[in-house]
Amino acid sequence: MKRVPLLTTVMGKPWLWSFLAALLIWIATIAFTGGQGAGSLLSGSLSFSAFFVIVGIGQMFVITTGPGNIDLSIPANIALSGAIGMKLMDGQPGLIWLGVVGVLGAGMLIGCANYALIRVLRIPPIIATLSASFLLQSMAIAYGRSIRIQPPEMFYQFCTGNIWGVPFLAISVVLLAVIMGYVLTRSIYGRWTIAIGQNARAAELAGGHVNLIRFATYVLSAVFASLCGLLLAGFSGGASLSMGEEYLLASIAVVVIGGTSVAGGFSNVPGIWGAALFLYLLVSMLNTFGASAGVRLILTGLIIIAVITAVSGRKSARTA
Amino acid sequence: MNASTSLPLKGAAVKSSGLNYARLLRSALPGVSLAVLLITIFIMQPRAMSYMGMNLMLNLAVPIALATVAQMLIITVNDLDLSLGSFISFVACVAATLLDQHPVLGCLVLLGCIAVYALLGALIHIRNLPSIVVTLGMSFVWMGAAVLLLPAPGGSAPEWLQSLVRIKTPLLPFAIIVCVVLAIAVHVFLMRSTLGVVLRGAGGNPLAIAKAGWSLLRIKITMYALAGTFGVFAGLFLVGLTTSADASIALRYTLLSIAGVILGGGEFVGGRVSPTGAVLGALTLVLAGSLLSFMRISPDWQIGAQGAILIFVLALRMSVNRLEARPL
Repeated sequence: MKRVPLLTTVMGKPWLWSFLAALLIWIATIAFTGGQGAGSLLSGSLSFSAFFVIVGIGQMFVITTGPGNIDLSIPANIALSGAIGMKLMDGQPGLIWLGVVGVLGAGMLIGCANYALIRVLRIPPIIATLSASFLLQSMAIAYGRSIRIQPPEMFYQFCTGNIWGVPFLAISVVLLAVIMGYVLTRSIYGRWTIAIGQNARAAELAGGHVNLIRFATYVLSAVFASLCGLLLAGFSGGASLSMGEEYLLASIAVVVIGGTSVAGGFSNVPGIWGAALFLYLLVSMLNTFGASAGVRLILTGLIIIAVITAVSGRKSARTA
Repeated sequence: MNASTSLPLKGAAVKSSGLNYARLLRSALPGVSLAVLLITIFIMQPRAMSYMGMNLMLNLAVPIALATVAQMLIITVNDLDLSLGSFISFVACVAATLLDQHPVLGCLVLLGCIAVYALLGALIHIRNLPSIVVTLGMSFVWMGAAVLLLPAPGGSAPEWLQSLVRIKTPLLPFAIIVCVVLAIAVHVFLMRSTLGVVLRGAGGNPLAIAKAGWSLLRIKITMYALAGTFGVFAGLFLVGLTTSADASIALRYTLLSIAGVILGGGEFVGGRVSPTGAVLGALTLVLAGSLLSFMRISPDWQIGAQGAILIFVLALRMSVNRLEARPL
């Protein structure tokens, strides 16, 4: 009898579904290949999902602060940060710290610039981050024009290596996700972020520093995107201009599939991992089935729409 | 709109001149920024002030203007279309393959596209879905369909389409005429007609429109179908100019069209949009690129210049809004 409430609380978690879906797809893929490459598939998906998760967490915090809040500068940020990181490291192991510090600093500056546009010039966040991304993109083109610089060997090892099949990167990002999950649900900052998303006016009247919280959120998102850019450059052996392109859609998609409400105020971190694994495994499943790139894209799109339709059906009682 | 004009009648007659002045200034902003940009270009490169020069500069602006109008229609009902760029790419691929080889089938597919847009409008309204996510999903779908249709860049646009977009009109280049006609036609429909008022009302005050007996579902379907139609026009015009297509030919149109609408004085919520402003905004974004090449600044900074102009115009608009808030 005691199990029933536990079961309902677990079933009530919105992030559970993304993990279930990811698991189902993994099983389907393995069943198709007859058990071949099950481990390497899992290892690969952990690596690739880690990048989705990093940007997804930042995007999630931004989306949490309410409707209209979204960070469109992520792809340009990734491209620029990757270039900055590789240039600062200059392929020397002794300069890794400089690259990391430089990229995190760049991320902070980008976040500050984004929020300055939103706050000082009163530009809607979508347009503010969009115009910022135009500027960043140009900077990335102009700055990253020179020859491709290889990441230092040690940094490359960290980004691509693994221990018993579990990538270092995935371990770090799981840790990061745990910390950010704690920040979202337990810290004062996270609580205020959620409160602002549910009702900004009420949060302000309750004594919340709405502007400060939103400022911190945009900086956080930009720093995470920069970090993703740096790791991605290390992972793929150098920065490239187009490496951030798919991350705009992906960052929004993992947040939504993970069970976070697009209207803000209701978020969760674990779902992002589930959704990222789900998206990557889906693509590799369709690959193993021999589907062409076009079919893969179409199915990905249809699944995103199906997920949002199903999720909104459950929540319609609240919004109505 | 009506509410703000009736405001002075209630007694604050002194404020009305300041209020109207600020509003006039704000609605003139898109036109003024375009004029300043054009004059700068003409001063830097007087040869641009010719039939040929204008034609060259503005030719590729027409598809962007059409895309901006499509985006504006969606923004009117408080939604956002993140799939517009990939949709236009798909239309371009259809035009370069099916429409050329099997005209009837091609036309059917294009009509089907508009029907899909209408269905999306219905789905978003009935299930009360966030349009950003649904159109995000659709952007994958259109991209996938385009890749299936045209795996590698190529194809060729139908002859009639190519000659249609290259019409040489007397006095003014075809591109300018199309833009002017587009702006006026959409303005008359959306801002002056009864139906247009109802359609905008669905963005401004949906409850009032529903209480007045209009079906919000049908309004959403109409707006999405119209947006789809303009998207199809944009794709056709684009492929007529480029003569061949590629699955990612118009991806950047998504962001450009949103920027154009906002640059033209539109707002994300409340059904406040301006068709003429949207067309002017699109032209401004396109010319920002040209200005840079006339200034011999490396093309690296072309996208950046569009961002800078966007920020600059919005900063100007904010100061005008401040003027409105303090009419003294």
